[in-house]
Amino acid sequence: MASLVGSRVERKEDKRLLTGKGRYTADINISNQTYAAFVRSPHARAKIKKVDTSKALKASGVVSILTGEEIANDKIGGLIAGWAIRSEDGSEMKVPANPPLAKDSANFVGEPIAVVFAESLDEAKAAADLVNVDYKILKGVINTADAMKGETIHEGIDKNLCYDWLLGDRKAVEEAFAKADKIIKVDLINNRCVPNAMEPRACVVDYNTASEEITLYTTSQNPHLSRLIMSAFGGVAPENKLRVVAPDVGGGFGSKINVYNEEIVCSWASKKIERPIKWVAERTESFLTDTHGRDHVTHAELAITNEGKFLAFKNETTANLGAYARVFGTVTPTYLFGPCATGVYIIPAAYTNVKAVYTNTAPVDAYRGAGRPEATYTIERLVEKAAMELGIDRTEIRMRNFPTEFPFKQTLVHTVDSGDYVAGLEKAKQMSDYAGFEERRKKSVANGKLRGIGVSSYFEACGIAPSAVVMSLGCGVGLWESSEVRFNPTGQVSVFTGAHSHGQGHDTTFAQIAADELGISLEAVDVVHGDTDKGTFGMGTYGSRSLAVGGIAIVNACRKIVAKGKRVAAKMLEVSEDEIDFKDGEFVVTKSNKKKTIGEVAFACYLPGSRDSEFKSPLPEGEEPGLIETSFFDPANFSFPAGSHIAEVEIDPETGEVKVEKYTAVDDFGRIVNPLVVEGQVHGGIAQGIGQALHENTEYDETGQLITASYMDYTMPRADNFPEFNLGFTCTHATSNPLGVKGCGEAGAIASPPAIMNAVIDALGGQEISMPATAEKVWKACKVLKKSNSKAA
Amino acid sequence: MKTFNYHAAKDVKEASKLASNSSAFLAGGMTSIPSMKLGLATYKDVIDIKHIKKLSGIKVSGKSVTVGATTKHAEVASSKDVKKAIPSLAKLAGGIGDAQVRNRGTVGGSIANNDPSACYPSACMALNAIIHTNNRRIEASKFFKGMFETALKKGELIEAVEFKIPEKSNYQKHPNPASRYAIVGVYLAKHKKEVNVAVTGAKSSVYIDKDLSKALSSSFSSSAIDGMELDSSEMNSDIHASAEFRASLVTTYAKKAVEAC
Ligand SMILES: Cc1cc2nc3c(=O)[nH]c(=O)nc-3n(C[C@H](O)[C@H](O)[C@H](O)COP(=O)(O)OP(=O)(O)OC[C@H]3O[C@@H](n4cnc5c(N)ncnc54)[C@H](O)[C@@H]3O)c2cc1C
Repeated sequence: MASLVGSRVERKEDKRLLTGKGRYTADINISNQTYAAFVRSPHARAKIKKVDTSKALKASGVVSILTGEEIANDKIGGLIAGWAIRSEDGSEMKVPANPPLAKDSANFVGEPIAVVFAESLDEAKAAADLVNVDYKILKGVINTADAMKGETIHEGIDKNLCYDWLLGDRKAVEEAFAKADKIIKVDLINNRCVPNAMEPRACVVDYNTASEEITLYTTSQNPHLSRLIMSAFGGVAPENKLRVVAPDVGGGFGSKINVYNEEIVCSWASKKIERPIKWVAERTESFLTDTHGRDHVTHAELAITNEGKFLAFKNETTANLGAYARVFGTVTPTYLFGPCATGVYIIPAAYTNVKAVYTNTAPVDAYRGAGRPEATYTIERLVEKAAMELGIDRTEIRMRNFPTEFPFKQTLVHTVDSGDYVAGLEKAKQMSDYAGFEERRKKSVANGKLRGIGVSSYFEACGIAPSAVVMSLGCGVGLWESSEVRFNPTGQVSVFTGAHSHGQGHDTTFAQIAADELGISLEAVDVVHGDTDKGTFGMGTYGSRSLAVGGIAIVNACRKIVAKGKRVAAKMLEVSEDEIDFKDGEFVVTKSNKKKTIGEVAFACYLPGSRDSEFKSPLPEGEEPGLIETSFFDPANFSFPAGSHIAEVEIDPETGEVKVEKYTAVDDFGRIVNPLVVEGQVHGGIAQGIGQALHENTEYDETGQLITASYMDYTMPRADNFPEFNLGFTCTHATSNPLGVKGCGEAGAIASPPAIMNAVIDALGGQEISMPATAEKVWKACKVLKKSNSKAA
Repeated sequence: MKTFNYHAAKDVKEASKLASNSSAFLAGGMTSIPSMKLGLATYKDVIDIKHIKKLSGIKVSGKSVTVGATTKHAEVASSKDVKKAIPSLAKLAGGIGDAQVRNRGTVGGSIANNDPSACYPSACMALNAIIHTNNRRIEASKFFKGMFETALKKGELIEAVEFKIPEKSNYQKHPNPASRYAIVGVYLAKHKKEVNVAVTGAKSSVYIDKDLSKALSSSFSSSAIDGMELDSSEMNSDIHASAEFRASLVTTYAKKAVEAC
């Protein structure tokens, strides 16, 4: 039987998703439902003096209006930060309360203050306009770099500082710097991005007054985790009375990890008003209140020798958390950032210091790559600048500092089990015709254009799991994953997983894995996910963990099925277990070639007896009937995808337009289960990274209004912004899981911003320019370049 | 969205009669519907003119191209006649917004709305267009009055726009990267006796840049305007482009337009 793992199987879910048959949260309607409209703060920072609902309550169709006062009286808990980070001085991080409905103060534009439930959406919205909130407007703290100097936002949190965290050894770094031939420095801004999932957030809540169970349909990447948080911290309902269902989810990029205000409020309220509730975010609400990504201000330095050897690295970063610390908000700029900041290089001494600050802006949390794009951007800008200043070829300087032996103990935290960075970069050079670049540059110059090339070599730590490790670093839960594999009596299999697809194609790839393990057809496998009432517990999908953690739980559960199957087959075939081989779905007695298919064995497990024969069960003594197995997988290490991307851009100096002419990506994701799905993930990631580098502009004005809160002003990249991506792969297997897989969901977004920016800066003669490299910024740099060129001439 | 009365007008007369201070014509709805949805505009009556056959279609004579008010951008963009007579007009229509917008938005709606960054007003100005309404003919130069302001009176309906066929012409646009409206759009038309450089996006309303037009009238070559610095004091400035950048873009795209002619 040909192996399904490794083949380009078309996605099973696409028929549903591409023909409009997907079932998203907003598609769900419950009879007698009410519609929710939230009253949101129009101010970035204000004291709430009074919330007057009297006029709104009289408006037509209004069922109920609830405020921060009521939710506090009912002792419903707020939103949480999932990781406890300690400062360099040993003190605990400082986290403000984040009530689901703000009662005393509002801290970003869009923060919910009250909610109206009405018989129709129009009535709910009209009544929400009538809720009169008396604010005392205060001066907001908006800018990341200045946040520590601003007024104190949250009482008791001095300098708006959540923590001042250090990873690494300052002393060793300073010593190495003292001995360096040269010190390369960069000042970088990692621009804030709005995740912009295609499907806006939504929730539909149904409270059953008889069973007292709340069913919450919601747009979540991790329904079990949401239930746990809402139950343990929100106090909304005990876990056995709270069912969380995330049906089809249309993208998340990290923004749908969090449990949000609206989900807590609507779940609580549905029980209170004894009516079902529906809420669907409008696009503006998504812009204002989905957790944003990135937003770092960094000063970094690299100490090098004249031969281009790296000696030491320092990184001083201020990370903007926004108004509140959310689930992965505090870990993203620390343990997901710092350890990867030394990149794919041997750098004997290093440290990363991060000051995480609160501002009056939307909360910032994990966004595709979470910390690792920021890390890669920092080191890869430094490395490219080092090459430029030393006059060493940008690929050569990288080769000189790559580790060549694995496992590679990276400077700060990780031991990277496998990789071949040299092979990846060599392949990328070849595929991109790196050698021919200068010729292409000449041609562009002859046409009055500028041309640049940029490289980005990256590694990342994903497959986010090892519970013991993450918990030692402050994570509030273990990040294993689980699966249950159920054989039906008639031979099909349901695979339950705690991971949850929001576009990644799990219906297909997980089925491929299970079908291979069990030797059955792809069609006989169904993947079930996204419902806390179905299957085992799970931690969800983020950090490129679904395959490397969740997929392995499936493998292990399947292997338990096969192990039991073998015991049963042995009894059925009247041989001992060790005389049986399992291959291509059949239990075969090696000597006699007698066999039973796994379907026959499954059937026997459910019908352990027969009317005609004498009493004789196929089940061995003490074996239970049925064929269902569960596995919880907790790997020993992260997995470490790596690769090299090469971008080539052409700039029109008169208009400032940057055109991405060529983009080559060579990635090592370990074993690849489905190349089609992987290429899709890489395409999406690269597009997202190019979006960050060239287009996406999140801008708050000085009063904290988000002035790019719609697609009229926020630039989402489109297909015509990209060239055809040129993808290649190298492969070294991960050693931390039996499939040898590493994870591919975030790599594109991690590697591409520095590749693009290095190319732009190369074209601009080495002038620094910040992301997004928009036309006007580039045009200005071109003018400077022209002046200095004419001076030189 | 607030409630309103919807009328599907049978003919121009009915449409005009239904109009009031609190009404809007509905052509493509690409501007009016979002404004109503966002609460930026509220109307008592919405008068749908899409079903009035007479308002749609393209006619080409020896001297001009006449486009019916409800003709969609996509129709202008793909019209063989337009491509032959005034290729730059087809190009302009084909570069508006995105496919969805082009399949609904209309020339009448575009110029009636007179968005400072819309493309069509510049074509009207450069191509000495005549705006035909249900009761008069208005020259383009007298039609566009200011930001979102036109010479149209209450109940006055655009029936068609008549563009004069130039000797040569070209349209160049620096799109707003997010919306794809014009940050700067330059419509260059060389007529027998004059050269018009109409500019959209740069100021509060479309205008003819006199300096560029004059320079190109005396010498129709890009070197005639190379390096020409325009006054940026009245130009728009926003998060996408400063006034200074816009001023430079106008000259740059005028040059590109000449080179493309
Ligand atoms: C995302 C997006 C991108 C866009 N990009 C561009 C661009 O790049 N360039 C560009 O030029 N435009 C652009 N537009 C505008 C678009 O091209 C439409 O032309 C414009 O929205 C109005 O046309 P409409 O037919 O949709 O008018 P409607 O929305 O139906 O009407 C608009 C206004 O015009 C009035 N009106 C309509 N028809 C008549 C008539 N016959 N007589 C009198 N008054 C009338 C209505 O009363 C209303 O006030 C964009 C729009 C969107 C939504």
